[in-house]
Amino acid sequence: MGVGAVAWPLISQMSPDASTLALASSEVDISGVAEGQIVTIKWRGKPVFIRHRTKKEIEEAVAADNASMPDPQADADRVKKGKDQWLVLVGVCTHLGCVPLGNQGEYEGWFCPCHGSVYDTSGRIRKGPAPKNLEVPDYVFETDTKVKIG
Amino acid sequence: MSGHSTYEPSIGLTRWLDARLPIIRLLHDAGVSYPVPRNLNYMWTFGGILSMMLAVQIITGIVLAMHYTPEASMAFSSVEHIMRDVNYGWMLRYLHANGASMFFIAVYTHMFRGLYYGSYKAPREVLWILGVIIFLLMMATGFMGYVLPWGQMSFWGATVITNLFSAIPVVGSAVTNWLWGGYSVDNPTLNRFFSLHYLLPFMIAAVVILHIWALHVVGQNNPSGVEVKDFDKDTVPFTPYATVKDGFAIVVFLIFFSWFAFYVPNYLGHPDNYIPANPLVTPAHIVPEWYYLPFYAILRAIPSKLGGVIAMFSAIIVLAFLPWLDTSKVKAATFRPIYRMFFWVFVLVSLGLGYIGSQAPTDGTTLVGRLFTIYYFAHFLVVLPLLGLFEKTKPLPASIADAVLAKNAATGRA
Repeated sequence: MGVGAVAWPLISQMSPDASTLALASSEVDISGVAEGQIVTIKWRGKPVFIRHRTKKEIEEAVAADNASMPDPQADADRVKKGKDQWLVLVGVCTHLGCVPLGNQGEYEGWFCPCHGSVYDTSGRIRKGPAPKNLEVPDYVFETDTKVKIG
Repeated sequence: MSGHSTYEPSIGLTRWLDARLPIIRLLHDAGVSYPVPRNLNYMWTFGGILSMMLAVQIITGIVLAMHYTPEASMAFSSVEHIMRDVNYGWMLRYLHANGASMFFIAVYTHMFRGLYYGSYKAPREVLWILGVIIFLLMMATGFMGYVLPWGQMSFWGATVITNLFSAIPVVGSAVTNWLWGGYSVDNPTLNRFFSLHYLLPFMIAAVVILHIWALHVVGQNNPSGVEVKDFDKDTVPFTPYATVKDGFAIVVFLIFFSWFAFYVPNYLGHPDNYIPANPLVTPAHIVPEWYYLPFYAILRAIPSKLGGVIAMFSAIIVLAFLPWLDTSKVKAATFRPIYRMFFWVFVLVSLGLGYIGSQAPTDGTTLVGRLFTIYYFAHFLVVLPLLGLFEKTKPLPASIADAVLAKNAATGRA
């Protein structure tokens, strides 16, 4: 018990500190993001993609056959209800952590140049070594033009 | 190994010290009177070279640490400050960075010597395993050291390798966030890597002392693989024979080292590391330093993330089992004609893996990488166990003295 009492602070000091946790949420004004545009903001040290999807991009994402994907997921589960033109994703490839390039790849979603992973317009992995879809972080619409991430 | 100590302090002062702390006796027994096989070739000089390189890295590192700042917004500039403003800073930095490469060139040569001559076999198993531990500590130290300049390769290499821990089932994400001290590689990560990079070389030094102690208990292997039988005939005292030979080899090595450090100091590095780290922009090709390339190739060869991590670590851990995987009682490849062929194929495969690790992962390079990875593990897990059972070895010399006399007779020497 005494050993644990000595060891715990030494282990805990390595976990994220108060200043890091304070940056855990970011508010973003999305009024300037035009249809078809992707912006990248920094959240918790990582890039986050905010994509204002076109009708065509939404249709393609919804119509795609989920069952045949490496990480099956419906488009509706990756966006907020009534706001499916907004796609918010953590811009870190789920393979080994590179930043994928937007509007590239076979599905015009994202393409990761490191090892060739291809994501669609819902950020789902379709081809290549990445095991999972691009992560959707916790976020809420505070207003129609302000999003709070984290 | 050698029997009782031959040190006899002659001056009053040295007798006084010897009765209180026999450190001169220790140094005399280990480095002067210590018997070494008389037929050691230059492949046995790399232990001395490695000890020197550890000292060089520690000394240049401590001095660099007087001028380096381990903070994300200042690290890159502090290295440029060292290069431009600090007196001889450019030299210290290039010696330390190229010194790391030299350290790995020497350790790989040292390890391949062990593989060729069967230096890992009984009674040197513990010696060998201590060596594997030193190798792992060196890789950890080198990895963290490369992050410190906080260039693009520093940052993204750190991101890729620390992300591997997220492959651990259940606790992966939590462990990775704990390692990072945040949600990505950032300032807390840089700071702790600096602390650990300063610490680990002293752990290496401690294991090196155990390594030399284990060596001195059983004695050196030698090119014939036949153990010392008669100390008078088979061995010579460490000083002057090994001292001078090691000294000469060190000088030649330093010339090689200086060539890189003074004439092509950035050849072994990556130009992208002269770009300050940017978390929002990934370089086109993330590659580790050359000494990690074979293991990087193995990591990428396996399609599964967790599988790749396991394969990469297994590639190093398998070395620890070598004394038991190789079933042959004959030590040196000199007397094992079939093993000798497999050894050189293994060398080529290792170099091949290194090359694959440096290339972008296309269908072609991935296929070749997979074939080489399979061969790498097959060498240890299939070839070596079976070879010992079936190989017909050449007859061994009766003793080291006989081996030396036979060689001298063949070359016409007295």
